[in-house]
Parts: sequence; C-alpha cells; structure tokens
Amino acid sequence: MPEFKLTRRAFLVQSAVAGGGLLVGFHLPAARSLLAAEPAAAVATDQQPVEVNAWIVIQPDDTVVIRVARSEMGQGIFTALPMLVAEELGCDWNRVRAEYVSANDNLRRNQVFQSMSTGGSRSIRGSQEYLRTAGAVARELLVTAASRKWGVAVDDCRVNNSIITHTASGRTLGFGAVAAEAATLKPPEAVFLKEPEEWQLLGTPVPRLDTPDKIAGKPVFGTDVEVPGMLHAAIHACPVFGGRLKGFDAAAIEKRPGVVKVVGLEDAVAVVAESWWQAQQALLALPVTWDEAGHGQVDDAQIRADLEAGLETDQAVTVAVHGKPEAAQSAAEQQVEATFFAPYLAHATMEPMTATAAVHDDGRVEVWVPTQNATASLEAAARTAGVDPLRVEVHNTQLGGGFGRRGANQDYTIQAVQIAMAVGRPVKLMWSREEDTQHDFYRPVSMARLKATLNREGRLSGLTVRIAAPSIMTSLGMKANDGHDPFALQGLSDPFYALPAYRAEYALRTLHVPIGFWRSVNHSQNAYFREHFLDQVARVAGQDPYAFRLGLLKEAPKQRAVLEAAAEHAGWGTPLPAKTWRGIAVETAFGSHCAQVVELRLEDDNRFKLLRVVCAIDTGHVVNPDTIAAQMESGITYGLTAALFGEITIGRGRVEQGNFDDYPMLTLRDMPEVETHLVPSGDFWGGVGEPPLPPVAPALCNALYAATGRPIHSLPLSKHGLHPV
Amino acid sequence: MLQLKVNGQTHELDIDPDTPLLWALRDHLHLHGTKYGCGTGLCGSCTVHVDDRAVRACLLSVSAVSGKTVTTIEGLGSGSGVVQQAWRELEVPQCGYCQPGMIMASVALLRENPSPTNADIAAAITNICRCGTYNRVRQAILAAARKGEASDA
Repeated sequence: MPEFKLTRRAFLVQSAVAGGGLLVGFHLPAARSLLAAEPAAAVATDQQPVEVNAWIVIQPDDTVVIRVARSEMGQGIFTALPMLVAEELGCDWNRVRAEYVSANDNLRRNQVFQSMSTGGSRSIRGSQEYLRTAGAVARELLVTAASRKWGVAVDDCRVNNSIITHTASGRTLGFGAVAAEAATLKPPEAVFLKEPEEWQLLGTPVPRLDTPDKIAGKPVFGTDVEVPGMLHAAIHACPVFGGRLKGFDAAAIEKRPGVVKVVGLEDAVAVVAESWWQAQQALLALPVTWDEAGHGQVDDAQIRADLEAGLETDQAVTVAVHGKPEAAQSAAEQQVEATFFAPYLAHATMEPMTATAAVHDDGRVEVWVPTQNATASLEAAARTAGVDPLRVEVHNTQLGGGFGRRGANQDYTIQAVQIAMAVGRPVKLMWSREEDTQHDFYRPVSMARLKATLNREGRLSGLTVRIAAPSIMTSLGMKANDGHDPFALQGLSDPFYALPAYRAEYALRTLHVPIGFWRSVNHSQNAYFREHFLDQVARVAGQDPYAFRLGLLKEAPKQRAVLEAAAEHAGWGTPLPAKTWRGIAVETAFGSHCAQVVELRLEDDNRFKLLRVVCAIDTGHVVNPDTIAAQMESGITYGLTAALFGEITIGRGRVEQGNFDDYPMLTLRDMPEVETHLVPSGDFWGGVGEPPLPPVAPALCNALYAATGRPIHSLPLSKHGLHPV
Repeated sequence: MLQLKVNGQTHELDIDPDTPLLWALRDHLHLHGTKYGCGTGLCGSCTVHVDDRAVRACLLSVSAVSGKTVTTIEGLGSGSGVVQQAWRELEVPQCGYCQPGMIMASVALLRENPSPTNADIAAAITNICRCGTYNRVRQAILAAARKGEASDA
C-alpha cells in the first residue's frame, strides 16, 4: 500500500513525537465519541484532577487515572485495558490507577465510554483501538501544552514515563504540570498509534493492579456492600421454572428475631431481616405455595426425548453447506456416525448472585452490583423502579466470578430493587448457594449427530452435523429468525477444517429451563462433539488423530500452528510411560486459536490421574502474557470441571442439584499441570477468557478414548463411572 | 452477651448464640474479607483461624468459639506476610473471592507443616476456586515454604 506509506512518512516528518504507527482517523464512530468529551468540564486549575479526555484524568501529583468501562471478574481487564491506554500515553505505569466508569455518566455523556458489556472475550478486541487512540491523543495534547509553555516546537519534545522533555535544553515538565492547559486544546485530527515492535508495556507481564488488595481481603465484592440503614434479604424463587408465587404464611416467621418483612414477588418470596443469616433461616421455615404453571412434571427423560426428536425432525434449518455431503455419503467407502449429549450446566460463580438497592425519596435509585454489564444493570433498575434511567446510579463492585452469568440477565438486580421498594429501606439481597444453583441461566442442554464419510484412500470426503438444542437467543427474548440462532452452531457454522463436503443443521428446541451464556457459550459443547468425533473418524481411517487433523488444516495456517505447537511441546508421537495416554483437540473461538494436549495415566478401568495439559494459543497480539497464562489455567479448570463432573438435571420441573456436594467442582488435588505456550501471530486481537475452554473436554475424552478404545458419547465422565484419582 | 476475640480485639455481641461465626464476622463485626460460598463447609471461602487452626466459619456457631482466638484475613495485616507475598509474586488471585479462604488455609498448613510436599498440599487445600488458581496456589505455598525455611535458617 504505497499511498499509506507516503502518508505515514509525511506525518512522521511533521511530528517526531508521534512516533511511527498506524494512522487512525477520527471518522470512526469510536473516535468521534472520544472527541465528544466535554472540554468545558475538563478545564480545571492546577490544583485539581484534570480530565484530559474521557478515559484519562491526570492529578496534580502526576498520578494518571485510567478509566475502565468493562468489568473485572478475574480475567485481568482492570490491568489490561489501562495498559493499552498507558502504552500510547507514555505515562509512568507505577503511577497509574484504574477506576470504573459510571454507567450513569456514560448515559449522560452520550456513550462516551462506549460499551460496558463484558462478555464474549470482547473487552480488548472490542476496545483496543479507541483506548489506544485516547492515550495517543492525550499524549499529543500534553506535549503541545508543554511546548507552548516553553515556546518551542512540538517536534523538539519527547515523552517518557510521564515526563515531557525539551530535547535541546533538557527542560522537563510532568504531566500534572501541563494537564490543565492540555485539556483546553483542540484534539488533533488524527494520531499515529505505535507499531507492535515499538511497544514497551504491551506484551510484558505487568503485575496486576488488583493483586495487592486481593491478597489482603480488601476488595468490596457485591456481597460486601454496606450502605446506611441497610437491611438484608434472602430469596427463594419458584423452584419450577416459569412458575408463580401463590401464597405464603408470613405469620409463621414474622416474630422471629431480626425479621422485618416478608415480600412476595411475582415468582419469588423474600425475607428481609437485620442480618442475612436471620433472613435465610426464616426463609427456610416459611411455608410457601407455588403455581407450577404446568411445568411441574418435566424431567430429564422428557427433555432427552425432545432433543432426540430434534435429531430426526425434518424441520431443522441448514446453517452451512458446501459440496455435496449427501452424494459423498452414497459414494463413501466407509461411514462413521455418532450421537452425543451435553448436559445443562450452572455457572456456579464463587460469589452467589447479589445486589444492593436503595430507592431514595426524591426518586433517585442506587444499585451496587457485581455486573458484567453496568448499562444493563442501570436499565433493569430504572425499568423496575419506573424512573428515568438518568436518575439511576450503578456502583460497580468487584465480581466474585462472572462466566456469563452476570451480563444480559439482571434478575437479581431487579429483585433487589423490588424488595427495597417494598420495605422502603436500602436492601442487600444475597442468594444462597442452593438458590444460585437452581435459578441460573444454564448452558443449553444439547444433542448432536455427526456423520463422516471416508473415500477409498481413507480421506474424509464429507461431514454432516446436526445440533438439537434450545436457543439462547429465544431464551433471552430475542427472535431467532426462521429457526436460526448464531450461537447454537458456534464452531460448526464456519469450519476451519478443509472438508470437501459439509452440512451443518440446527433443530431449535423449546424447553422450559432458562438458558444463557456460559463461559465459551456453545463452543463448549460443539468443540467436544466435533473434536471427539474426529478422533473416532481418524481411528476408522487408521490414522493418528494429530496427523489426521494436520491433513485437514493445510488451508488453515493459524489453527495448524497452534496444533503443531501443542503437539510438539507435549511430545506427541514420543513414547509414553506405561498406562499413560494423550488426547489432542483444537478450536477457534472468540477471535483466538487454541490447541491442547491432555496427558493422563489410567489407574484402573474407571480411574485416571490427570497429569498435564499442554496449551498453545494464538491471540494475535499479546497484551499481558502472564494474564493470558492465568486465563489458560482458568479456562482449562472450568472446562475440566464440567467434563468431569458437571451436570444439572431436571426432575419435577426443577433443578435437582443444590450445592457443591451434588454439583461438585474440581479442586487442587485433581488439578493437572498446565503448560501454556503463546504463539502470537501478531496481526489481530483475539480473546483470552473463553478460548482455552472448548479444547479441553474433547482432548480429555480423546485421551480416554485412546486409553480404553471406548468413545464418550455423553458428558460428564462421572456419569460413566470415570473419575480422576 | 457473647465475647468474641477477633484479630486481637475483644467484642461483645448480643446475638443468637447459634449464629455461625461467618455471619457474626460479616454482618455484626463488618469484617467482609471472610466470604460466604456454600454455607455447608464444602468450599472453604469462609476459612478463618480459631486458635491458629484453619476452620470453616460457616459451620461453627459463634458460641462455640467464645473465649477462643479468631483470626481473619484482616488479621494477617495489609499483605506483607510471607504467604501473601508469595501470592503476590505468583499473581495467584483472579476474581479474588475465594482467595482470603485460600490464604488462611495455606497459612495454617504452613504453620503445622513448614515444608509440605505436593501431596500434603493436595490433602490440606480443599478450597474451591472457580477461576482455577489451584496451580498457582500450590506454587505459592511451596515458594512461601522455601522462604520460611530461609528466614528460619
């Protein structure tokens, strides 16, 4: 692109301080709203913090406050997003402080902070450009302000570690000394962003900003909120989904110590008391009757039959097709067919659902919520209280895990506002563990049928897959047009394997159990179906599963690279100790490519020891390598837990699990070593929180299949009597 | 009136003696570092020390600890302990919710067994972490043990 290079050079000549890099014009919607920051409000004296632009506030002592619009739920975004800003700003990282933006400010300031939704592993890839741009623009303004103070050319100044230096004279000014002046200047029309090779902060294992507080028990999670005059609420929603509250006998518990009020909601009952334990104890003793809305007899057998009907129906929609898969089937030398089942799963965040609400006499509403989407919390609170959204303030707390549970669905925020309105005092609502397990928006239950055809040379000539599952979109009240739901066939609608013929179909099922976004969404089941099936196909073809996949990845260099990296580091093909086996799998999800090898030792027919997981990931660019490694450990743990033990079952219309005894978790004892290899190819920004999850279940199943010769047609493994030692 | 000694301070509490220690700490003494996770002793988020031993505060009534010495994460100081420093160096926490319990369990383990093996750690640390910090927890305990030995020497 010669024009681009010419432009770039011309710009470099004009402004040495800008450095080399990508020219970002302000025609982008993202950048336009950056400029929409209110300059009038930014003008301040030297003694006050100065908002240079929406994302950056500089304090007189040179502390740089970088605003974060996405929620920290363990994934390290409270550090990673400030790193993106700081890289371009040229500030001293040791003087950076991160702070949440306010959803109310965002509304009032015309979405200047863009999306506050934290999901889909989207925080970095969705905001890196406008955040880096904000940093670069602020740096330009600060340098310009300094150059004017000195009466020198901007080009003769440089920036490093929050210090602006006039190169010739050696004079220096800190950011704090020029921030007020900088905020009054007109932002540049365009700025250069650094090239990756110029990065100093990005790509380095910067310590997390939130660690010091987290090792001292200091962060305020949703459950830790205290506001003046606050009461505590415990809640019990109709155990049968879709049911309604019929009645309760408040007199039975009202005299208990601490109990203030019993509040009936449409589908739930809450007890409000002076302490949460008092509220919960009284709730457990409260006689309640429910209208089960006709769902009181639904059970797993019925759900399973519905899914099986979906595998047979002629009402399925074709989501993807190329070549002639049916012709390949009739011409096939060999066919392989398998049917799989993946259960409902709960999120089981360590911190149960919780929200605190205060509905003030003057109509203002405040909520304190661990939320993955403060804007959704704000809208939910406003709707519930019947007030203008501008009258609602959302205080983001720390999140004790999110994993998709605390975003689109703000059920707990709505309940907190309803209860606070009913008692006329601020209320902190916290769900018990049982309530949390039994009132989730679950990972969809799902069945899959896959058929592969092999030609005479043993090559894969065609693949068909049908998914029968409920739709997350319809569960969230969005319309699934003509039976399509883009989430349902994640990982299957656009295959990266070279398949001469392919068809993917979706049979949308309507079930009464609420479903939602669970970490890695439908990639979590679909990768298990596809990758475990491929091992079965490879076995029929008489090929090594790794070699079989490589043969299908000639046109997919990035998937091939991570697969090769994982295989190489795991020593794929080298001899293993007795009874030790490997399994491999690869998936592209949320913008990144990830391959894993699971190594295990079979102890006897039913028990195995997980030895290690070798993980290779291509996230494109790397913001913080240690955070990525931590997220690999995290996603692998979450995925292993599900594959080993995870199953929510339905009986009498309700969830049959309640606590960690019947919905168990992987613990330290069974945790394998995790070895992460970053293989960034550098030309894109991929996600991190979810991509490590999908490969681990199939890699584990493939290792067990290698060990036992028996494929795993349904999860979890515990249902087959297979357990880690 | 119940007497409760927490982090070196004695408190008088006029509450139901059956109240679990967890809720006495959280709702009455406003010490929020100790977390609720399951209420049934399964997850370890509420781990505190009673007379220097790790216990799960959700199962223990406040009357059962009256007269004993309770230490919570707040009682470990502002993060300068050997275990907390190892936690910091290895960047153990993710969401952080279970970490006070993890740290309290680990401090108690190292007090009883200053140089634990991997098997000792696996047996002692049964806390649940949904973020998957287990491997770093183990490494941090080993690192703290090494540092502890060095400082004893």
